Amino acid sequence: MKAMKLQVLGSGCPSCKRLYEMTKQAAADLGLDADVEYVTDIQQILAMGLMSSPVLAVDGKPVIVGFVPGSVDKVKELLKAIPPVGR
Amino acid sequence: MDIFAPFGWFATWLAAALGIVPGTRLWDAATFFVADTLKIFLLLAVIIFAVSWLRTYLPPERIRKLLAHQHKYVANVLAALLGVFTPFCTCSAIPLFLGFVEAGVPLGATFSFLVASPMVNEVALVLLLSLFGWRIALLYITTGLVIAVLSGILIGALRLEHLVAGFVKKAEVIDAAALPELTHKDRLDYAKAYTIDILKKVWLYVLLGVGAGAWIHGYVPVDFLARYAGADKWYAVPFAVLIGIPLYSNAAGVIPLVSALTEKGVAMGTTLAFMMAVTALSLPEFMILKKVMKTRLLLIFAGIVGAGIILTGFLFNAIL
Repeated sequence: MKAMKLQVLGSGCPSCKRLYEMTKQAAADLGLDADVEYVTDIQQILAMGLMSSPVLAVDGKPVIVGFVPGSVDKVKELLKAIPPVGR
Repeated sequence: MDIFAPFGWFATWLAAALGIVPGTRLWDAATFFVADTLKIFLLLAVIIFAVSWLRTYLPPERIRKLLAHQHKYVANVLAALLGVFTPFCTCSAIPLFLGFVEAGVPLGATFSFLVASPMVNEVALVLLLSLFGWRIALLYITTGLVIAVLSGILIGALRLEHLVAGFVKKAEVIDAAALPELTHKDRLDYAKAYTIDILKKVWLYVLLGVGAGAWIHGYVPVDFLARYAGADKWYAVPFAVLIGIPLYSNAAGVIPLVSALTEKGVAMGTTLAFMMAVTALSLPEFMILKKVMKTRLLLIFAGIVGAGIILTGFLFNAIL
């Protein structure tokens, strides 16, 4: 079992930080074995082929691009939907 | 028929219920404030929701693909049009700019997009529609797009690629197949979250702007400002553009305010130029873009757009 890698990528703007807080909250609520990381390196967003911030990526795969969801529940829903393959 | 008439009736009823005497200055200011605030917030909610829902079908990653291999003039026009649908906050300025340039979107088209995106957007549109009517709103949008297209073409023709920061061009072209799939519910959720987000950001500015506007409407004599900022005062337009540059974040409050100033004698072209400067030329955006382009390119960009806006102001002062 490998820990899930959660990354919030953004330019350091307030909405990016909000998504980071929500992601930490969601991971904690779900009791996930996950590393939550906050990345402000724009080049990493571009390397994923994306141009909007903030981004939430699970194991390097973007699941939220360009907006902050209305509630933590939405983030939880997304995290629950990730298949545990390869972990 | 005016679908907003009920707001006027409500405002009249409320003012009467509060014991304000009809026909007084306070009556004018209060009814103006209530009716306009209600109208603006309703329009903002409906239009932001619709535009942000549409936008889920056209994220910048897809726009980039559309723009990357176009004929150059077509790319400028397309970039300006697509800019209308894309929200522009200073925090996404860099990824957008880099993403476009790295994928091979011509520099000129990238600038057309950068100009149109903040200048012609749904918040400005709503405020113009509700405070100035559809003719001025349409005029603003059209000239805004023309300025975006022409500035982009001009910047493209000047061949300034060497003024883009060195690290920008080394990344290879990337495919944007990685976007997560969205369901219908996701799109509606996004539109709802985005609408609430924007309303939270602008409500205070709108209230302050309409409030100040209402006060001016009720208390400042008509044509009071014509002496200082009428159509015959050539310096009014460049002056309006200069003070518009640092006012970016308050665009939502600035439009209600200037609508009241127009009523008191500020010429229409001056007003339009001022609003364009507030939205298109933003100091915080420049500070951020400075990280990815040389100051010279930034100054050329600001100079061309600023000149375009000033010309527009003069033009409309002359013909309106």
